[in-house]
Amino acid sequence: MSPLTKSCLLAALGLALAAVTRAEVKIGAAFPKLESAGLSGNLPDTVGKIVIVDFWASWCAPCKESFPFYGKLQQEYAARGVVIVAVSVDQKSADYDSFVKKLKPAFTTVHDREQKLVGAVKVPTMPTSYLLDRNGKVRAIHDGYHGEHTELVLRKEIDALLAEKN
Amino acid sequence: MKTIRPFPAALFLALLASALGGCASPKLVRVQPWERAMLADEIMNPGRDSLATAMAEHTFFSRESAAGGQGVGGSGCGCN
Repeated sequence: MSPLTKSCLLAALGLALAAVTRAEVKIGAAFPKLESAGLSGNLPDTVGKIVIVDFWASWCAPCKESFPFYGKLQQEYAARGVVIVAVSVDQKSADYDSFVKKLKPAFTTVHDREQKLVGAVKVPTMPTSYLLDRNGKVRAIHDGYHGEHTELVLRKEIDALLAEKN
Repeated sequence: MKTIRPFPAALFLALLASALGGCASPKLVRVQPWERAMLADEIMNPGRDSLATAMAEHTFFSRESAAGGQGVGGSGCGCN
């Protein structure tokens, strides 16, 4: 093997490794287990259910805007096996506590105080929500909250997942 | 016919890979979306104190004869 070929291979390897280190959780990938993510708060039973994992923070205005919608969505779809888990990435527990106390969300909120889960998932923006199928695989990702558009698309995606056979 | 000398080409590719590899590491180049609590704080808003903003603008106007460029149309380039 010539030195040129060797260095080409090394360069390709380096770039591939760099790409892997910045990889985000993409559609089709298995979402990290919530149970082993070190989250503070009570997690609901998600086995065999469709799960929406929403990453939010008290300092994020669109996150706050999305809360009433997720509350409505949880009420509408809870009986059909859809669970919403809102993961706060606040660095201060006091910020998380006061936000939850003020908004009283109608869905589960947990706190990723150490930012381990969000660091593993590498969300592209705040908020970002992940729609997981019954096997814990990511089926859709919503970057940001865009009001009616997000609501419409997410409902369609949930309905499509519910229509799928187990 | 000129041929590519292997050593400089190898060196160039190695440097390119390391440079691009560095750029590809998000930790080195930017604050992550979930780490922006401090940046989102009101204290980071330069226009949070309207009186201070007005006084600073007045200083610029008096000293430099420059106005605008801070939320108003036009430039601050001596249009007065």
